[in-house]
Parts: sequence; structure tokens; C-alpha cells
Amino acid sequence: MSDFDVATIGSDYKYGFRDEVKPVFKAEKGLSRRVVEAISYHKGEPQWMLDFRLRALEIYQSKPVPTWGGDLSGLNMDEIYFYAKPTEQRDARSWDEVPEEIRRTYEKLGIPEAERKVLAGVGAQYDSEMVYHQVKEELQRLGVIFVSIEEGLKHHEDLFREYFATVIPPEDNKYAALNSAVWSGGSFVYVPKGVKVDLPLQAYFRVNTAELGQFERTIIVVDEGADMHYIEGCTAPTYTTDSFHSGVIEIVVNQGARSRYTTIQNWSHNMYNLVTQRALVKKDAYHMWLDGNLGSKLTMKYPSSYLVEPGARSDILSIAFASTGQHQDAGGKLIFAAPHTSGSIVSKSISKGSGRSSYRGQIKIYENADHAKVNVECDALLINEESRTDTYPYMEIENNTATVGHEATVSRLNDEQIFYLQSRGLPEDEAAALIVRGFIEPVAKELPLEYAVELNKLVELEMEGSVG
Amino acid sequence: MANQLEIRNLHARIESGEEILKGVNLVVPKGEIHAVMGPNGSGKSTLAKIVAGDPSYEVTAGEILVDGQSVMEMEADERARHGLFLAFQYPVEVPGVTNANFLRLALQAKLGQDVSVMEFYGKLQKALQILEWDESILTRYLNDGFSGGEKKRNEILQLMVLEPTYAILDETDSGLDIDALKVVSKGVNAMRGPGFGAVLITHYQRLLNYITPDVVHVMVEGKIVTSGGPELALKLEEQGYEWVKGLAVAAG
Repeated sequence: MSDFDVATIGSDYKYGFRDEVKPVFKAEKGLSRRVVEAISYHKGEPQWMLDFRLRALEIYQSKPVPTWGGDLSGLNMDEIYFYAKPTEQRDARSWDEVPEEIRRTYEKLGIPEAERKVLAGVGAQYDSEMVYHQVKEELQRLGVIFVSIEEGLKHHEDLFREYFATVIPPEDNKYAALNSAVWSGGSFVYVPKGVKVDLPLQAYFRVNTAELGQFERTIIVVDEGADMHYIEGCTAPTYTTDSFHSGVIEIVVNQGARSRYTTIQNWSHNMYNLVTQRALVKKDAYHMWLDGNLGSKLTMKYPSSYLVEPGARSDILSIAFASTGQHQDAGGKLIFAAPHTSGSIVSKSISKGSGRSSYRGQIKIYENADHAKVNVECDALLINEESRTDTYPYMEIENNTATVGHEATVSRLNDEQIFYLQSRGLPEDEAAALIVRGFIEPVAKELPLEYAVELNKLVELEMEGSVG
Repeated sequence: MANQLEIRNLHARIESGEEILKGVNLVVPKGEIHAVMGPNGSGKSTLAKIVAGDPSYEVTAGEILVDGQSVMEMEADERARHGLFLAFQYPVEVPGVTNANFLRLALQAKLGQDVSVMEFYGKLQKALQILEWDESILTRYLNDGFSGGEKKRNEILQLMVLEPTYAILDETDSGLDIDALKVVSKGVNAMRGPGFGAVLITHYQRLLNYITPDVVHVMVEGKIVTSGGPELALKLEEQGYEWVKGLAVAAG
């Protein structure tokens, strides 16, 4: 994940390059029944899935645009392409089988190199389809499934149906309904009982076509006693028109299993990013969300864990970095629905220039959740005078044996810290970047080393010329 | 003149506030250690911060020269790379940044080149040994949750690793127990040599039992009012600051 040799477009977004790749099929602009049918047709789906999509479309159309979060008034669905198929072949098993222009993109992003060095498997989505999917052979032998969601439906239909839309039904929210209608791409992951996947599995999402909506759908099942870490990374070219990304991630963590889902979202600043991700955590199981949001125009994303059986635990760690023109509306949700469940949310947000970051969190402790324990800590750092932060914590506690902690801080970049570091020889920008890196360290230290290094580099880029 | 830190007729105030330094003159030749003593509010700490380049003060007249070159146009980081160092009276906490990481970045900034891990740890270990300090201090976050004494000791660790040409130690002795004071002094004495000059700012003669100054200056109401040998510190210890306040009135 190092040595990105990429022409820089824009001042500080280094993944803004675009490729001259023409999709082999692109649906007409806008959303309609015809578009949904076309997507289903191109995927050769069973009738039940088409029926599901069409029902979801109706749900989507019946729900109003939410107004409680970021400003969605600029998102015009009539100007979005809902499906663009980059190539005829899906899930290539070797990078040699991926069309050259597309392969080059992933090489620029350092994906094949990372796959060789530090990953157990890689999935790569380009526009609407997964163009590459591969997992190490020894894991395949142990029964680990890591394929595109389409291949999951095709080759593991029973398992697929057992979980699909069970964690996040289309009724959940408007954009979950939209995703349910037009989903395309994403991963299907199954880790069998007791199997420990030592290295992370990574999915990489790239939107190349302008005005495209990307609607990946991912299902991850970590069976009893198994262990897995899934990483999602996202970038897109910088266009003057807006793009749209709306994923749905459903995770089931069965008894005694451990799982971790890491996102490093670094979309270009013309992207609306509305994602629903939720984990169902069973008896004595553990799930961690590590959510890093640096890019996009507007992100609304609140990873959630439903602790549904005794002893289930979950931590949500969130980093949001909002630069000028960006709004990061992020946070997390923890639902305690069984005794002796516990969890925490740690949120670190940074607002720079006129950027705005909001922490939005929900804690719900049901009546039956005896001795539930939760701790919420949200810290906001403001870099400039015009930077903005808001906190929206929602708490509903129905059980009086619960232990609940909540702490929130807002601070400004501290002149004394800057002077102290400068007096040791660090230029002002570097001093500011170091302070910001220190601020997010409690979350960043949970990242695998390569990603922590990359995150630090991104923070340094963002901080160039931001103070003084 | 080269080979000295020279402060020439320095006047300064807090941004659009009242004047705190009212014409400070001070020359510290390389190789010497000078003490600046004086009562509370005489401007000693302000002088230290202004030399280091603290932007919250406004210099209205005068000059600071390092080896003959003015540093007035330099920001704090340039001054540091130019060989100046300030040991803070109240070292600042920077959570999330490990001591080791910070020190290495600072050393690289100072030298203008990468520093190998071997070379870096070599320097560190030598300094830690003199300061009688455990390596575990390196993985702690910079001054975060440090006791007052640990913070002061950490300033001396930075001094020893960064090896500046001129250092100003702002009340490094305050808040130290006698054992810590000895250790800190050991660190400063280890720096002593022909390539290093220092200014020790202190209220008390106590520190000077461990670090013998070449010259002692007394600062009152924003000016150096008298200078002498180590015996001057003893006299202040015995007689207090009342008699020097008279000198300030005479000089004013």
C-alpha cells in the first residue's frame, strides 16, 4: 500500500485520476422499474431476486428523503446511472484476466502488491461489478468462501438466502431499500466454524464512470468460533458532477466468533456516500467496526451492532476527517438486546477549513439486557476558526442494571502544542499533522500497520497548508 | 560576533499589551553556562520564549543573534534547526504521539536528513543512561500524564538527543525533588563543552550547586541589572532580591 505513483488531480486528492474505460453496458440514466429489471437480467438472476428488487423499489419510492442528517437536496437521482458493467467477465481469478486498463488502476492503487504481501484475499469492484476475486488456496481448502455477491447467489444459493436481507431488510431505511432494488457487486464471505483467517480479506471499491451510483451489497458470515478481518477501501476520480455510493453490509457473527470490519473511505469530494452496515452479534461473540471516513462530499454512515445473545460484545471505532466542502455525518449504533452484553463507541472527528463533522450515535438498552455495559467517547478537533462540529447522541435505556458512560470533548488545534513542537524543529504544518495523528492514534493503532501508515500519510496530505 | 548567543537591547510585549522586556542585553559565549536569576514577574520566562520564537509575543525593538546571525525573521522551527533549544517551564502534553516517534522526527528535522534506527537508539540509550531513566519512557505519549518531574527530565532528554548549540532552560529546577534535580543536572553537565552554551533561568541558588555557572545575571523588571560570578547567586540566596530592585530603579 505504499509508493502510489499517481498523477495528482486537485490539490490534495491523489486518487482522482480516471481511466478511459468504456463500460460494456450502462443502464439508462435515472431509476425506474426498467433499470431494475435490466440489472437483474444482466446478472441472470432467479425470479425471487427480481421480485425482491421490485418490492424494494416500491419501498424506496414510498419513503421520504431523510432530513435529519446531511443535506441531500443536491443528490438528483435522475442524473445518476444506476448500473455500469465494466467487463463481461466477473470474478477473474488472476489479475492477468482483468482487462489491462482496469488492472493498471488497481496497480496504481497498490492492490496486487498488498495482496501478495499482507492479505489473505482480495476482491476488486470496478463501477458496478467485481472484476477480481481471489482468496489464498489454503483458506479455500478450509472452506472459506470469498467471492462476489453474484457468485455467492449463483453457487451458494441456500446459504445466501439464509442470510440475505435478514440483518438489514429493505424496510430499514430509504437507502437500504434503494440498495436492495439496484444492488450490484460486493462480497459474499463465509468463514466456517473454527476457521481463523490470520490475514485480512480486502475488498477495494473504485468508481470510474462519472455520475455513477455504486450499490455494493456484502454479506459476511463468521461461523461459530471463527475469526476474520475484512477491510474495505474506496476511491474515485474527481469529477465536476456528483457520484453516489450506497452500500449495504450485513454481518452475522455466530457464537464465540470474532470479526472485524475496517473501512478506509477516501472517496473524491464529489461523492454522496450513504451506507448501511450492521452486524448481528451472537452469544459470546465479538465484532469490531473500524470506520475511517476521509473523503466524499457527504457521508452518512453509522455502523451498528445488534448484541442479540448473552455475552455478545462490540466496539465501534470511528475517525472522520471533514475538509472544506465536506460533511462527515458519522458515528455508530449499539443495540443491547440480551444480558451481559457490552460495547463501546470511540469517535474522533477532525474538521478543517469550513468542513463539518457530526457525531451521531445511538445506544439502546432493552429491558431484558441485564448488566449491559456501554461506554461512549466522542472527541472533536477543530483546525480552523470556521470549522464546525456537532454531536447528536441518542440514548434509550430501559434497564436500570446497565452501566453507561458518555464523554464528549471539543478542542481546537492548540497553539501551545504547535509552538512546543515547532521549538523542536518541526515546521508548523508537520507539527499540526503530528497533533492530528496523535488525536486519532487511539483508533489508528487498531489498524494493520500498512493501513496505519497510509492513514497517517493521508492526514499529512490533508494538513498541508491548513494552519498558519 | 560569531560563537555566541547575543541578545541586544530587546524590547517586547504581549501582543498589544504592556511592555515586558525593556531592553535586555545578554551575551552567552559558546562553551559557557550562564544563569539568569530574578524575582517573579521580572520577564525571565518571556525572554526564554521570545528567544525560542514564540509568536504570541511582539518584539518592538532589539535583536537576537546566533553566532552573529540574526534569527528575528525565523519562525520557531527554523530557530530550532539553527541550533536553539528551549527547555520549557511547563512542557506541553501531546497525546497519541510517542516520545520515541516525536524525538526521531525532531532529530530528523534538525539534521535535515533521515536518521537510522541504530543511530537514533544509540543516542537515546546514552542519554537515558545518564538520566537514569527506563526505556519504557519512549513508548509513552509525549508528556501525556507525566508527573512534573518526568516532564522536566523529558526536556533534558530532548536536549541531549537534539544537541543544540545554545539552550535556554526555563526553571527546569522548579518542582524537582533533590534526586531529580541531581539527575537533571547530570544531563546538563554532560552537554557541557566547547560547542555548547546555555542559559539557566532559575529563582534559586539550589540548581547552581549542581551546575556551576560561568556568569550569573540578575534580571529585574525586564532588564539585566547586574552580572557577576557564582558568588552573586549566593549573595541573592542570603539577601533576597530587595537590593537588586534598587538597581533596577537606578538603571531605569
